[in-house]
Amino acid sequence: MSWTDIGELGAIPIRGSRIVKTNAGCIAIFRTTETEVFATSNKCAHKGGPLSEGIVHDRKITCPLHNWVFSLETGEAQGADVGRIKTYPVKIKNNRLLLDLDAINASAA
Amino acid sequence: MQKLVIIGAGMASGRTLEHIVEASPDAFDITIINAEPRGNYNRIMLSPVLAGERSYEEIITHDDDWYASHNIATRFGKTVTSVDRDRKVVIIANEEVSYDKLIIATGSTPFIIPVPGHDLPGVIGYRDLEDTNAMIDAAAKAEACAVVIGGGLLGLEAAAGLRMRGMEVTVLHNDGHLMNRQLDEAAGYLLQTDLEKRGITVMTNANTQQIAGDGKVEKVVLEDGTEIPANIVLMTAGIRPAASIGQATGIKVGRAIEVDHQMRTSDPDIFAVGECVEFESNIFGLVAPLYDQAKVLANTLLGIEDSFKIRELSTKLKVTGCDLFSAGDFAEGDAREDIVFRDPKRRVYKRLVIENDRLIGAVMYGDTADSNWFFGMIKDGTNIESMRETLIFGPAFQGGSASQMDPLAAVAALPLEAEICGCNGVCKGDITQAIEAGAHTLDDVRAKTKASASCGTCTGLVEQVLAVSLGDRFEVSAEKPVCKCTDLTHEDVRRLIKAQKLKSQPAVWQELAWKTPNGCPSCRPAINYYLLADWPLEYQDDLQSRFVNERNHANIQKDGTYSVVPRMWGGITTADELIAIATAAKRFDATVKVTGGQRIDLLGIKKEDLPLIWSDLNNAGMVSGHAYTKGLRTVKTCVGTDWCRFGTQDSTGLGIKLEKKLWGSWTPHKLKLAVSGCPRNCSEATCKDIGIICVDSGYQISVGGAAGMDLKKTEALVDVATEAEVDEWVTAFVQLYRENGKYLDRIYKWVSKVGLDWIKEELSDPQRRMELFDNFAISQSVYQKDPWADHVSNRANQYEPLADLTMEAVT
Ligand code: SRM
Ligand SMILES: Cc1cc2nc3c(=O)[nH]c(=O)nc-3n(C[C@H](O)[C@H](O)[C@H](O)COP(=O)(O)OP(=O)(O)OC[C@H]3O[C@@H](n4cnc5c(N)ncnc54)[C@H](O)[C@@H]3O)c2cc1C
Ligand code: SF4
Ligand code: FES
Repeated sequence: MSWTDIGELGAIPIRGSRIVKTNAGCIAIFRTTETEVFATSNKCAHKGGPLSEGIVHDRKITCPLHNWVFSLETGEAQGADVGRIKTYPVKIKNNRLLLDLDAINASAA
Repeated sequence: MQKLVIIGAGMASGRTLEHIVEASPDAFDITIINAEPRGNYNRIMLSPVLAGERSYEEIITHDDDWYASHNIATRFGKTVTSVDRDRKVVIIANEEVSYDKLIIATGSTPFIIPVPGHDLPGVIGYRDLEDTNAMIDAAAKAEACAVVIGGGLLGLEAAAGLRMRGMEVTVLHNDGHLMNRQLDEAAGYLLQTDLEKRGITVMTNANTQQIAGDGKVEKVVLEDGTEIPANIVLMTAGIRPAASIGQATGIKVGRAIEVDHQMRTSDPDIFAVGECVEFESNIFGLVAPLYDQAKVLANTLLGIEDSFKIRELSTKLKVTGCDLFSAGDFAEGDAREDIVFRDPKRRVYKRLVIENDRLIGAVMYGDTADSNWFFGMIKDGTNIESMRETLIFGPAFQGGSASQMDPLAAVAALPLEAEICGCNGVCKGDITQAIEAGAHTLDDVRAKTKASASCGTCTGLVEQVLAVSLGDRFEVSAEKPVCKCTDLTHEDVRRLIKAQKLKSQPAVWQELAWKTPNGCPSCRPAINYYLLADWPLEYQDDLQSRFVNERNHANIQKDGTYSVVPRMWGGITTADELIAIATAAKRFDATVKVTGGQRIDLLGIKKEDLPLIWSDLNNAGMVSGHAYTKGLRTVKTCVGTDWCRFGTQDSTGLGIKLEKKLWGSWTPHKLKLAVSGCPRNCSEATCKDIGIICVDSGYQISVGGAAGMDLKKTEALVDVATEAEVDEWVTAFVQLYRENGKYLDRIYKWVSKVGLDWIKEELSDPQRRMELFDNFAISQSVYQKDPWADHVSNRANQYEPLADLTMEAVT
């Protein structure tokens, strides 16, 4: 594990998202509640829509382009759609957001 | 031909007539006499009329044309005083009508408790349109207050309706809990707190001592000395069968007119039906058994053997947001066993009463989705032993796991005899038969079977039967719940947001029992819109509940880039603006397209560049064109008097004024206007949401056009003489749409739902028009600002990545 500081928790609105550019492509950081965040690939498994621009509800994200819904916990597409987005370890420490760079580099390699 | 005379044009005789003319149109020469100055209407829907959810016109079941086309002679506004059985004539004041067969269907009258002051003006019962209108008038007065005596079904529907109309309402109930004949204490408590949350005062164990006032009602005094001010007092403490004609005629009358299994009175040529009837010592107060009677009576008159039987009844309350159900017997008893389920958070209460392994009673509050299933078991006396453990969770938890939680599967599993519509006694089999015979929409099924044609609470079930039978071929026509997060419709939610003063999304989720923690992409944008439209000063717009286009103030494209459309007021631009647009297009490498809305689209802009291009355009004096919103898009104009040889008024100038007035406002769906300088209509005003055609004498405003997925010409709203009046009418119309429209209904859909007549009625009242006009101004004081400038100065960082880790060393 190599936890890398990517910024302040408050920079992401509740039920909002921001992206982080990495060597494995853009990663979307979602904030579902006051104290809960998730990181996934920003690219929709359907046609590559920018997931960070979707609507966050419960622990799920709906893609802005054609409304596919993904679990932020598992990355699995919900309902009738079949597909998966990558998920990455992210955590909150002292109001800072930490992303595991090893996991990202592993998937970039 | 035999002469059939009917006294009373109410729900029971109306249904009898339908059966007769349907089966045998020429069997009788029919005359119907009614004390009310009108024919039959759906009396039970007076409550939605009182609440402002329906109009009287919508609840008429038989209009003049119907009687005329079936050759039925009518005498409306006439009261029958007696019947001369020897001469076989019915006597109305100074007129007589002779009969061969007579039906008495006089219904019942409200019971007025004979306390001192009960005869003061302002004391009313609740029975007919006059009573309803009297209440509506009373509610229209400033600071009006009402006391409702009697907290049963009728009283509570009235109280809720009056409260929705803004009245102070106190309900006095003589028992310890509301609707004590249908509910147990727990459900009564939940109901009471729900009503109190709407601002209705409820006093239980309250006994009225007198009604006092000088020449009219002023207050109600209770036995314990409490005084409650009142402009009207509504008596809903019970009904009395209207049987006086029976007495005057000398036929057998007990508590009401006595009838046998064929609805025949003690005189073989006189029949009676409805609430004026007593059958085996029972009298009636709900429509379901009356409809059964009507059928038996029609058959008897047509010589078909039939016999009336009493069946089990259930009760629902027609107060939006108070879902309750009760059926059967729920008194406690030694041999009886209760199964209770409570969810205080969701304010759900369910109780089943079981005796000898059979369900004999059910009370439900807050979640009544399975009520019909339980009701069916009560009626059928189903043995429940094997499912006792899971019974209370309803049909979804019974049997195979595949069907779990799927409401359609539950409906599919219902037997054909299961009753779907309680009012009209329509079972599932009747509906599936109608569907097989070609009824493929809710309206068809209603017309063929009468299912959901009375109180309407079974509409959802009927639709589910359609969906189960037709699969994908069934297109839902009626109002559906907003989404899977709630059972409420958009209309319900809008009404409840206003009525319960819900001013935040968490308040809506909690108070309206959302089934998900924080909604979904369908309901969140809708609720966000309703809240900001209803509480512009209190509610804070939530960007996280907006679709990406409205959050980022640009249209997302299929490759994740955006398009940017600056406003071009009324389609007018300048050389300087065009230079700025061209410069920006070059700087950000945009594709430039002229839109169908008289302006210019810059396509292919990257998200990070949005604040930069906006700031360039802002610096040249341009603002967002809102090409991405459910809000004002464009006001198209033609060149009008400025240039055109035919122009009658300044169509360009007026278009610009309207666009400057309306821009920035959010609406249920997008909003497009156009102004044409003469009827040649070069700006295509007659297919816009709102179109204005200039003529010599002024301006013709028409509304509800469409030129997208549907094509529709606008309909005339009003003709006015001045630009100031155009401003006033258009603004008020837009605000009416903003306050009432369902999210994602374009104006033409909204107009077809509420009716242009209603809209005209609202807007032609100058006071109401000004109120709407002012409400719009209040909203604009918050929302008319350029979002681009706002985001450039306050949110520009949100358009950048949170971090860039591409340069981090790979370890
Ligand atoms: C840009 C434009 C086409 C053009 O190049 O001319 C356009 C582009 C889009 N229209 Fe349109 N419509 C455009 C004029 C129209 C018109 C003509 C008009 O306004 O006079 C209509 C018919 C009139 C009407 O509104 O009904 C029109 C009827 C629609 C509809 C059908 C609406 C309906 O209720 O039937 C949609 C779909 C929707 O809104 O749900 C739609 C949706 C769209 C969307 C937003 C589709 C989408 O979700 O991506 C397109 C966005 C493109 C973009 O990224 O900018 N567009 N669209 C026009 C922008 C006008 C402007 O200046 O703002
Ligand atoms: C506000 C309200 C809400 C209700 N909600 C429900 C509900 O949700 N569910 C339910 O099952 N039931 C409900 N009811 C009860 C239902 O409306 C009645 O059961 C039903 O209308 C009775 O039908 P009827 O034909 O017997 O009498 P009515 O419908 O009352 O018709 C009787 C007619 O006879 C006329 N008449 C009386 N005397 C004379 C005379 N001497 N000469 C000429 N005409 C005369 C009257 O003017 C009246 O028009 C409600 C009632 C009201 C008032
Ligand atoms: S609508 Fe009439 S006034 Fe306007 S441009 Fe066309 S012809 Fe001219
Ligand atoms: S690209 Fe995400 S749903 Fe199509």
